[in-house]
Amino acid sequence: MDRIIHVEKISKSFGDFQALKEVSLDVSAGERVVICGPSGSGKSTLIRCINGLEAHQSGKIEVDGLLLNQSTESLSMVKSKVGMVFQQFNLFPHLTVMENLTLGPIRARKMSKSEADDLAMKYLERVRIPEQANKYPIQLSGGQQQRVAIARSLCMEPKIILFDEPTSALDPEMIKEVLEVMTELANSGMTMICVTHETGFARNVADKMVFMDCGEIIESAEPHKFFTNPDSQRCQEFLDKILHH
Amino acid sequence: MTMQKLLIGISFAILLSGCSGNWGWYVVNPTTEGGIINLKFLLSGLYYTILTSVVAIVISIVIGLIIALPALSKNRFLRGINRFYVEIVRAVPILVLILWVYYGLPQMAGITIDVFWAGVIALALSDSAFEAEIFRAGIQSVDRGQYEASHSISLNYTDTMRFVILPQAIRRVLPALGNQLVYMLKMSSLVSVIGMQELTRKANELVVTEYRPLEVYTVLVLEYLVLILIVSGGVRWLENRMATDK
Repeated sequence: MDRIIHVEKISKSFGDFQALKEVSLDVSAGERVVICGPSGSGKSTLIRCINGLEAHQSGKIEVDGLLLNQSTESLSMVKSKVGMVFQQFNLFPHLTVMENLTLGPIRARKMSKSEADDLAMKYLERVRIPEQANKYPIQLSGGQQQRVAIARSLCMEPKIILFDEPTSALDPEMIKEVLEVMTELANSGMTMICVTHETGFARNVADKMVFMDCGEIIESAEPHKFFTNPDSQRCQEFLDKILHH
Repeated sequence: MTMQKLLIGISFAILLSGCSGNWGWYVVNPTTEGGIINLKFLLSGLYYTILTSVVAIVISIVIGLIIALPALSKNRFLRGINRFYVEIVRAVPILVLILWVYYGLPQMAGITIDVFWAGVIALALSDSAFEAEIFRAGIQSVDRGQYEASHSISLNYTDTMRFVILPQAIRRVLPALGNQLVYMLKMSSLVSVIGMQELTRKANELVVTEYRPLEVYTVLVLEYLVLILIVSGGVRWLENRMATDK
């Protein structure tokens, strides 16, 4: 398989706090990677570096063969290939669902409004909420909002989608509908990196599990081995905490 | 309702004191020909008061927005430009700025500038520093996630501001902008000193010919009061409408 993301020894500090310590990660096209770890372990920072939301200070990141640096050109190329879904959805509250979905296609991909509308409708159907097209985000449930956010990301037709704890802000009964959409997306062959503690989803979907702690990747393995027999003590302790509650 | 009570109260006060004999209401008595001429003369100032204020507020909003944007930059130099402008402009009294723009600027720049534009420019400059602060607060109140979402759908800076950040920020600062308009209507009385034919100037001119400052200035007070109560009402209405939209 083709390598689509290549992260090589990247480091990142916020003041005195070192969030990432020479982290390396390779992801192949179509691969589903799930990253877990305690809070503050650098999971979010890692994926935020991959789409340029945070600038890494050393090491290198390549996305689909493009070197990511802070030049506007490189950033905009990488941005167009990488979609992102946030914990807090971050929908645009002053725009309808349809306008949320078509803003990127119209402004960044230079599509006509009717093309963008068709595209948005296609992805709204895929996340199973076409009937909400003309509502405002505040009129939707959390689960619906997150599905709109996924559809908004899909409308940019990215090669990779990053999920930053997509279900952490949701009520329990809404987590399932979002995970279903994500599973469907995974089955369609999308390359995905998900930061999540949803172990059921991880077992079903992930090709590779990554455990991070204190800014480092401690363990990286296929799911069966990862959940049953991890190499590291720290990973085992973490799994004991999240699995036995 | 409070506005009606207020006006009724003021009218009574004026009527009662008018009986004492110290007042000369004939100068603005609408039942006599002379009174009507004087009233029309006073009211004719309304045109420049409103025009000056509206043009000045539009210009000051545009300048305010332009000055607010660098305040949000990560670049210290750009932020410094914003602070410099805001601090300097806020430190100059409006009346002083009006005099300087009308008498000083033409001499310095070798240009001629008419009364209207001198007044408008001085008022707009003076107000722009406050507008800039209002916009800065409004833009900063928009959640960081909105920028990140815009980034993730590949919007550039201009589109992010135009379609995502500013529409939300402006909605939040509308009541504050309305207050600035009220403030501007009041401050526009100061341009009377350079001879702009607005409400206050008209009143001053009438006082000079009629020697009846008490009556004429009372009418002037009422003119501003009614004008500003109407505008305030409009601002409140807009505020309520925006609130129910959500």
